[in-house]
Amino acid sequence: MADETLLEIENLNAFYGTFQALFGLALSVRAGETLTVIGANSAGKSTLMKSIIGLVQTRGAAIRFRSENIVALETQAIVRKGIALVPEGRRLFRSLSVEENLQAGGQMQRKGPWSLAGIYGLFPVLQERRRQPATSLSGGQQQMVAIGRALMTNPDLLLIDELSLGLAPIVIKDIYAALPRVTAQGTSAIIVEQDTTQALAVADRVYCLRGGRVTLEGTPSSLSRDAISSAYFGV
Amino acid sequence: MEWGNVILQGVLVGGLYALFATGLSLIFGVMRLVNIAHGDLIVLAAYVALVCITQTSLNPLLAIFIVAPLMALAGYFLQRLVFNRTLGPDLLPPLLVSFGLSVIIQNGLLQVFSADSRKLSAGAIETATVQVVDGLSIGVLPLLMFATAVAIIAALQFMFYSMPLGRALRATSDDPEVARLMGYDNKHLFGIAMAISLAVVAVAGIFLAVRSNFDPALGPSRLIYGFEAVIIGGLGNLWGTLAGGVILGVAQAIGAKIDPGWQLLAGHLVFLAVLAFRPEGLFPKVDG
Repeated sequence: MADETLLEIENLNAFYGTFQALFGLALSVRAGETLTVIGANSAGKSTLMKSIIGLVQTRGAAIRFRSENIVALETQAIVRKGIALVPEGRRLFRSLSVEENLQAGGQMQRKGPWSLAGIYGLFPVLQERRRQPATSLSGGQQQMVAIGRALMTNPDLLLIDELSLGLAPIVIKDIYAALPRVTAQGTSAIIVEQDTTQALAVADRVYCLRGGRVTLEGTPSSLSRDAISSAYFGV
Repeated sequence: MEWGNVILQGVLVGGLYALFATGLSLIFGVMRLVNIAHGDLIVLAAYVALVCITQTSLNPLLAIFIVAPLMALAGYFLQRLVFNRTLGPDLLPPLLVSFGLSVIIQNGLLQVFSADSRKLSAGAIETATVQVVDGLSIGVLPLLMFATAVAIIAALQFMFYSMPLGRALRATSDDPEVARLMGYDNKHLFGIAMAISLAVVAVAGIFLAVRSNFDPALGPSRLIYGFEAVIIGGLGNLWGTLAGGVILGVAQAIGAKIDPGWQLLAGHLVFLAVLAFRPEGLFPKVDG
């Protein structure tokens, strides 16, 4: 079970118009595994996330989810297969309350461990604020809603784009503390980070991206600080 | 009492204007589409009702239950086959397509039904009145029109804020891309929104046709009443739209009382005043 490949990406080239953001990228996630993807600004991390979920044009790529090629599917169909994305900048529905945001995630009624009660158990502060407009919350609480909303789709693979960007360190710690309870449910995760310290602590494996290519891959313990910084900065 | 009567009639006509406006407001709110063909769709619904009534000799007010589902179905496919292909970051393509649709509907109706004006007859209900107090009586038909407008707006309000469909529509309106991440099929949701809009259009079209004469060229002026009601009331607020319709109706009634030639002018002047001094409308939606 642990060795079963959940997601396998080969030769991923992604474009914004004529601008190429990813070059022949390859990546794989095993069932139950937590991956972190680190890299500087414009390394292609967000593009990788959006390519997996079908929000970016790709060319020549194979993206197999449970051995099925999902590259040609529309985003909502990919989500139904069991992949969820917490988008960069959280992007909560601003005219919806906290609870309605979570319910929006649950609207497909995909089978799985997550429900409103489960999300409120994971992030108790959201229960107190469930009637408030989602955008009235602090940045960290908004990120909790965004993660909760994605979990409500009951994904087998959870993608989190820029988990800690713009958040207070104490909140980042809280959110990372909650992550093992998510993966304990059998959910695999890919976490995109610029801040490497937290990311390395939760990761089973790390990918480092620079200029749209993978510059380093391995388990956190096998990678030296020097190797990581040279892959990250290219020096 | 004479003025009381004038104002009351204005309020009741305002219900019809609110019906013109509701579908327009809904479509703009959900998908940022300014539907220039909205008025012509109202007139089209009146003609669909005309055909339906000549075939079945139904009362027009009952024909609503046939015409509204028909228009809703047409709306769904209009959205799926035409408007969905034009939606994007640019507001202009859907606007132009709806303008084209307006021209097509007007000329199509002219070709099939000629320029003669028509009217739907609802029978005795048209002249029936209820006396409120001595010297002040109101027509049953205008009252029914107003009550229908209130009921439709209340139902839409309930749908938007208390039902999963409403939540889906609001989410899609907020951020269409993230809505897809929730598994929502935006194209289908937009189709549903257009279907609801055209069902309301059908009701408005039939009331319009029962109340007064109609001909194929009547659409654009109905569109303007709808626009004015939406702007006066404030975008994105359905109760505000009802209030906008009522204010427009009352202004027209008072204008007409002073001088019959001032009816339309008075309505437009109130609209201009709101646009100049409170461009966000009298009851704008409060966000977050």
